[in-house]
Amino acid sequence: MKTIKWYLSCLVFTCMIVVSACAEENNNIRDTAAKLPTAVADPALTLPDGFTATTVAENLGVVRHIAISSNGDIYAKLEKLKDGKGILLLKGGNATALSSFGNYPGTGIAVKNGYLYASSNSAVYRYKLNANNEVENPAKPETIVKGLTDRGQHNAKSITLDDAGNIYVNIGAPSNSCQVQDRAVGSKGQDPCPILEYAGGIWQFKAGTPGQEFKDGIRYATGIRNAVALSWNSNVNELYVLQHGRDDLHRMFDDLYTVKDNAELPAEEFLLAKKGSDFGWPYCYYDGKQEKKMLAPEYGGDGKTQGRCEGADKPIMSFPAHLAPNALVFYTGSQFPEKYKNGAFIAFHGSWNRAPEPQAGFFVVFVPMKDGKPNGEWEVFADGFAGSAEKKASGRVDYRPCGLAQGSDGALYVSDDNKGNIWKITYNGK
Amino acid sequence: MRRRLIPVNVVIAALLFILLSLEPDQTKPPAAVMERGKTVYTKECLTCHQADGLGVQRMNPPLAKTEWVLGPKARLIKIVVNGLTDPIEIDGDTFHNPMPPHPHLTDQEIADVLTYVRNSFGNKASAVTLREVKRVRAEKKI
Repeated sequence: MKTIKWYLSCLVFTCMIVVSACAEENNNIRDTAAKLPTAVADPALTLPDGFTATTVAENLGVVRHIAISSNGDIYAKLEKLKDGKGILLLKGGNATALSSFGNYPGTGIAVKNGYLYASSNSAVYRYKLNANNEVENPAKPETIVKGLTDRGQHNAKSITLDDAGNIYVNIGAPSNSCQVQDRAVGSKGQDPCPILEYAGGIWQFKAGTPGQEFKDGIRYATGIRNAVALSWNSNVNELYVLQHGRDDLHRMFDDLYTVKDNAELPAEEFLLAKKGSDFGWPYCYYDGKQEKKMLAPEYGGDGKTQGRCEGADKPIMSFPAHLAPNALVFYTGSQFPEKYKNGAFIAFHGSWNRAPEPQAGFFVVFVPMKDGKPNGEWEVFADGFAGSAEKKASGRVDYRPCGLAQGSDGALYVSDDNKGNIWKITYNGK
Repeated sequence: MRRRLIPVNVVIAALLFILLSLEPDQTKPPAAVMERGKTVYTKECLTCHQADGLGVQRMNPPLAKTEWVLGPKARLIKIVVNGLTDPIEIDGDTFHNPMPPHPHLTDQEIADVLTYVRNSFGNKASAVTLREVKRVRAEKKI
């Protein structure tokens, strides 16, 4: 008996050695994967005829938004620091020449008028680019705005810039529906919602004025719970954003909403945010089937009543619930076929609040646009990020699209914040 | 035969084995308790922590194999009753969404759901008893 135990112990120990050796090897692979040299066509992604996706970088970390300068350099903003840095530079779009700077995690990044703009979860910084379009002083950015609300939840300060010297910053509400106790069963909605004074909207700041604080901004559009995806549309000179709709209608109000209702409500909204727009959060949510803004149950709604929400600004298009639109790009290139010109690409990060119903999203969608308005139905443009139908349904997916950018050659880049891949999508059809 | 020194790995393995055999037998809680716990989990917890208990990246923390679940039971009971608003960190990842308070759950429901969570998703830990829940709630007047 004793001998058996002794042998068993030896066996356990040997297994431990083997397992730890394997783990070490995996770590090594992870480290070097970020430096994979060549762009390879990714057969896992599905695209319309004539389009090809190539993987330009892998395993970079938690890559949120990306920006591309005119020389083809890719800047990737990390939500989790890697070696103490939060911005990665992929020189010429090639993953081989990797450098990093910026000691803050965050989501937003953009290149505009000779500057690289990047955001932490409470501030916006900018870096001057030199004649070669390179960041002059990566260690010393100018602070454009600081002191923006960061309470963890919905803290991504995504950014976009117009052509008149303004920068627009998403300040997401640190709340689901502005209850007295966030997400608690039976807790009433605060009325008026105090959060709207400092979050739950898009704020406009001067893009070229360092040292601004929250009070220096203008609340450009309000009643928006969280808009990770936002973009200035230079074609019509307007701001467009996509709202992440509220969660938990069933868990908190099971007498009014079924499990299935919760998976289908509220619709995610594509919004044309004009100065002074009010889209109704937290008092209202959008029902995509009824095509109406409905009164939220925390404020006396029952799924049928519109009440004060009748006058709330409506979306220009709606999408299935909880898909989490995280990036928006208006396509201005000439590489893709004519129908894509001035249309919108939207990256959906994928759902979680649809549970226990199957999860959905994890794809890039195209919306044809004309004169700043949708000109047809939305369609799935790039899919397959999840890895399989089972992975998609469970939410345990391979990749989660989070960022989009257009290269100067008209290619579309997609980033993923699950593993940190970047794909380049090109058109080579006729 | 010449006596040899016992190799280090054998000593470690033996120690490990003794440790393993010292671990008390964790018998699975009664099926009825697990069933009741699962019902509460599905209603109150599943949307955020997901069917597999692995949570949602950077938002809702996993319940599998974490000290928050397998550690002190009193802390776990308090989190369910009072909620948790500060972000928590597990293995270098921060989770931002708040845990809402659940004062509407009965003592029995809390005991059942926590026993279920401590014995699901690969977890194996002692049950949370009705008495333990009552004691924590009485102490804290919650």
